[in-house]
Amino acid sequence: MAALAQLEAAYTQARQDAAFQQELASLLRHYAGRPTPLYYAQRLSQHCGGARILLKREDLAHTGAHKINNALGQGLLAQRMGKPRIVAETGAGQHGVATASVCAKLGLECVVYMGTEDIQRQSLNVFRMKLLGAEVRPVGSGSRTLKDAINEAIRDWVTNVDTTHYLLGSVVGPHPYPVMVRDFQSVIGTEAQDQVLAQYGRLPDYAVACVGGGSNSMGTFYPFLRDEGVKLVGVEAAGKGLDTGQHAASLNRGQPGVLHGALSYLMQDEHGQVLPTHSISAGLDYPGVGPEHAYLKDSERATYVAVTDDEALEGFKLLCATEGIAPALEPAHALAYAARLARKAGPNAIILVCLSGRGDKDMHTVAQALGVTL
Amino acid sequence: MSLGRAFKPGRKALIPYLTVGYPSIETTLEVVPALEASGADIVELGIPFSDPLADGTTIQEASHLSLEAGTTPRACLDTARRLRERGVRLPLVFMTYYNPVFHYGLDAFCAACAEAGVDGLIVPDLPPDEGAGLELATQGHGLDLVYLLAPTSPPDRIRLVAEHSRGFIYLVSLTGVTGARASLPADLEAFVRRVRQATDLPLCVGFGISTAEAARRVAAVADGVIVGSRLLQMIKGARDPAASASAFIAELRQALDGPGPHVILKERSD
Repeated sequence: MAALAQLEAAYTQARQDAAFQQELASLLRHYAGRPTPLYYAQRLSQHCGGARILLKREDLAHTGAHKINNALGQGLLAQRMGKPRIVAETGAGQHGVATASVCAKLGLECVVYMGTEDIQRQSLNVFRMKLLGAEVRPVGSGSRTLKDAINEAIRDWVTNVDTTHYLLGSVVGPHPYPVMVRDFQSVIGTEAQDQVLAQYGRLPDYAVACVGGGSNSMGTFYPFLRDEGVKLVGVEAAGKGLDTGQHAASLNRGQPGVLHGALSYLMQDEHGQVLPTHSISAGLDYPGVGPEHAYLKDSERATYVAVTDDEALEGFKLLCATEGIAPALEPAHALAYAARLARKAGPNAIILVCLSGRGDKDMHTVAQALGVTL
Repeated sequence: MSLGRAFKPGRKALIPYLTVGYPSIETTLEVVPALEASGADIVELGIPFSDPLADGTTIQEASHLSLEAGTTPRACLDTARRLRERGVRLPLVFMTYYNPVFHYGLDAFCAACAEAGVDGLIVPDLPPDEGAGLELATQGHGLDLVYLLAPTSPPDRIRLVAEHSRGFIYLVSLTGVTGARASLPADLEAFVRRVRQATDLPLCVGFGISTAEAARRVAAVADGVIVGSRLLQMIKGARDPAASASAFIAELRQALDGPGPHVILKERSD
């Protein structure tokens, strides 16, 4: 609790400090390559036969995903707090790679916890993290995925709290993390808002993003919250199907519960034990979801749908074939839903999709799913 | 009943922890009476949870195996009831993470605890800032709710916990998770003294205490000593878990009661 209070105080101060904001803005521009483009996916839109689909190209940000936005923010904050050591969790490896990169750049020691199941699925990112100077510690407890990596990172943090900052990668966990990570990711929605206004003179009809813990979606949605004409749609992982029990759709099928210090929707059994989840994308394979998403669901400001592994694979192939862009499997869920939505929405509609990361890391998984041996 | 009855003048409370259902419910039913007979003052019964954030590898593994064997919160309540039926009289306190209680229903769970003969709850992932609901429910059923403090807790948090904790305050000896350690931090005594200034509640120290020597050192400044992981290690693979647990607790009891190197004069002058 003391560490959380210290973090909250440091963040509140940094948030209002022009020098901190300036340094972050400069790094986002010159290091991360922001602003990322807003790209009209013309052939995809034509293929879907309806609405105009715009892709917010977070896949073009440095390290290949939106995760760098938050990693830079918290990395600077850790430096400001005088903490020379960073621990982080990672599922797909994107947050781990972003964190390892930022630590290398800022000269911070970096330890990344990763479930052994995910290490196997994402061996390329494990190698990248090691090259970037991070120590990758395998987590073999529980379901051996993202949730267990978070457990282990928290255990490390409470043990080494004097020297260590926990650079949590999503809008989950105890306060102030959901708020802080949301703020650092809001650059996605803020840029998209300006870009769509500049290019089309109006706001989109829909903003669509995938939801695991929910950081890219919260970053996309947050600046649009007051624009009531913009429908916000979060896309969860339905895995092998919502009725199979093998999915990670906590907002669709979970119940209120407390995990990692936050009350939100949670995949749990009738005894309150956290259930194992499944998704083809390691980054969505998490039994909880950010508490602010739970709020947006309950207040009906956002709607949350779910897309299966197979549909996500179709989304992945569709974007490759129509636009020459290989998305990560996480946003492939959002794309699959957007393609369906575009058909219904009519030719005048604008659908903004957060393309949260690139698909290089998923080639092995996709090949395996398609029955191809590399 | 309440946990307070475990604290008697001139006697340091010895509080062993067991994960219920590790490795079987039957083991728990055999070991707890043995703990009572060999000098325990309170027994902490751990309700296994899928994500035991505050626990090190020993209790993680015990929780995992217990869950695999099918232990549920209901089975833990039932175990407490059966222990009472078998004549166990010392206070029983559940150590449980918040979600199983939340999912059960705060009031329903506390009612079931009271009915089963449980005296209180320790919820390591519940800070007093978020504890109003469970405080109300525990008080409504005559249970104590024990809060925790860490060596990093600043004065305002010490005051908050002192104000809200019932039965005793659980002092976490070190920054970290549960698990047997070779030694305890040098600033442990100063930490206990800081808390002592803020409260008259009994102060019990846990996390990392694995030897008679460490227990004696803790007892010199605190009112109670909590031992978990080391006890589970003793039970693990023992031919007779109750006998192994008993021998260990008797050794700790002796260390707490015996003429310690520093406390002897002070105790005699009381």
